[in-house]
Amino acid sequence: MNEFKLAQPQSVGQATSFLSQKPKGCHIMAGGTDLLGEMKNGIIDAEVVVDLKSLPELSFIKREQNKVRVGALTPVSELAENSFIQNEYSVLYEAALSLATPQLRNVGTVGGNLCQRPRCWYYRDSQILCLKKGGHKCFAFNGRNKYHAILGGGPCFIVYPSDLAPALISLGAEVIIASSKKEKKIPLEEFYVLPKENLLQENILQPGEMLKEIQFPLKGSGEKSTYHKLKERGTWDFALVSAAVNAQITNQSFKEIRIILGGVAPIPWRAKKAESVIKGNRITQSLLQQAAQEELRDAVPLTDNAYKTKLVQSIMSQAALSLVKT
Amino acid sequence: MEDKNQKKGKPIKRRDFLKGFGGGAMGAAVAPKFLVQEKKTISTKEGNIPVYSKKKISLIVNGKKHTLSVKPRDTLLDVLREKLNLTGPKRICNHGECGGCTVLLDAQPVYSCMFLAVRADGQKITTVEGLAKGGNLHSIQKAFIEKDGYQCGFCTSGFIMSSLALLQRNKKPNLEEIKQAFSGNLCRCGNYFKIYDAVSEAAKKMRGA
Ligand SMILES: Cc1cc2nc3c(=O)[nH]c(=O)nc-3n(C[C@H](O)[C@H](O)[C@H](O)COP(=O)(O)OP(=O)(O)OC[C@H]3O[C@@H](n4cnc5c(N)ncnc54)[C@H](O)[C@@H]3O)c2cc1C
Ligand code: SF4
Repeated sequence: MNEFKLAQPQSVGQATSFLSQKPKGCHIMAGGTDLLGEMKNGIIDAEVVVDLKSLPELSFIKREQNKVRVGALTPVSELAENSFIQNEYSVLYEAALSLATPQLRNVGTVGGNLCQRPRCWYYRDSQILCLKKGGHKCFAFNGRNKYHAILGGGPCFIVYPSDLAPALISLGAEVIIASSKKEKKIPLEEFYVLPKENLLQENILQPGEMLKEIQFPLKGSGEKSTYHKLKERGTWDFALVSAAVNAQITNQSFKEIRIILGGVAPIPWRAKKAESVIKGNRITQSLLQQAAQEELRDAVPLTDNAYKTKLVQSIMSQAALSLVKT
Repeated sequence: MEDKNQKKGKPIKRRDFLKGFGGGAMGAAVAPKFLVQEKKTISTKEGNIPVYSKKKISLIVNGKKHTLSVKPRDTLLDVLREKLNLTGPKRICNHGECGGCTVLLDAQPVYSCMFLAVRADGQKITTVEGLAKGGNLHSIQKAFIEKDGYQCGFCTSGFIMSSLALLQRNKKPNLEEIKQAFSGNLCRCGNYFKIYDAVSEAAKKMRGA
């Protein structure tokens, strides 16, 4: 890891003022569990790291009259241990607990999880200059692409690795973005961009901006949610495919449903086609199969990852049916 | 540099010998008054922000306060091993994937290889060296010995620290809870079942059962 300087702002205002000066080679560090990996691999050559750890004001989980607010610096372990989250938002609790390891969850933050960089092995190799790093070629396309995208890919085929993003989008979360100018609030779903819109980054953050807070509405009556994650190993691993499902169930049918898939696309993938097949109908295995097939109509598997289409089919029905049973 | 072991007539260990060369020689013995801090201040409309190339920090390690000067790139693991001579935490994958460097930071297990030392300023750190008291091994260490909780032993200090974190929160963990607590520690010898036995035994000992 190269030498770098560490800036320690004492408030969000200081942090954003500093960021607004757009210092060269400047990177934000929240928990650092992802950023340090990139720095150690030599794919980031940081000159200045802005340490957000000195901003304890951004570490909180607050329940308010009509919403829940989570500070960007809240450690993932606090989400997983919070009894209100455990009781009301299974999808978020299960996603938090499924992620990384106890040691990483104690340090890794919610904001860092939502802003983490892709795990594509070509991207993580400092010797390879692929499209995502400003090169001219996607090495995964004709190379080893077992863990890559089947939906929304091209010209880069990463999958977005966050477990919290699908869960939070299923809850209708919004994020507050701070800068030295005005704060803005946008749906988390609109925070992420496909490679065809921006190859070099996965979200819409502009230089000088940072994620400050995440908000989501209080649980509605009859609302149930769950996060299912398929991994290659029993212990820590990124998702091969995951599904966050949040639904309102009445009389054995899904009155409302949101399905967000992880591990299949360069962004958390809202399965809107599947949702519209399911919505309002009686829940049966065949309805869920039909919904998955509808969603997968546009899937374009690469040479090594066609297995993900099967996983999407099974995980979608598994997750949705588990809500009916419980 | 003067070698304390040599002075007392002890033989020089390989590690001390290696430390005699290179930067590691600074050691924990450096008096705080020589510590350097390299800091610039950047002014913004919200006030001045310190930007460090070197920072004077203090770490409370195994109950003892150390004041030292670190570069931002020094990980907590490197500082513990190379400056404080605490080689219990192991540098194995160095990428937060194996758990060999696990220490407790304010009672929570963290990977010291994925944590910058400068960010631990003022915090309490426990390494495996902090467990034995007055020459007596901690119950967890005893249980690991009794139940053969290790083979090559390289991952052991990490497992012991994860055990400590678990048993401080949960006095009677079941197998599922033990596995969950160890999901961030790898044992290349595959000695997991004996490790699980060791933790159950340690729990018993610690409950006085
Ligand atoms: C072995 C291992 C296993 C892992 N497993 C998983 C897993 O299963 N699921 C999963 O989702 N993740 C996993 N991760 C990734 C990572 O540890 C977590 O996502 C963690 O939550 C990241 O948070 P952080 O605070 O440490 O991020 P950091 O490393 O601090 O930051 C990550 C990125 O986001 C940017 N950033 C951070 N905070 C902000 C902010 N507030 N505003 C703007 N930008 C910001 C940083 O500049 C950086 O680019 C794993 C990592 C490792 C090393
Ligand atoms: S998938 Fe994206 S990150 Fe991976 S090699 Fe292709 S362009 Fe690079």
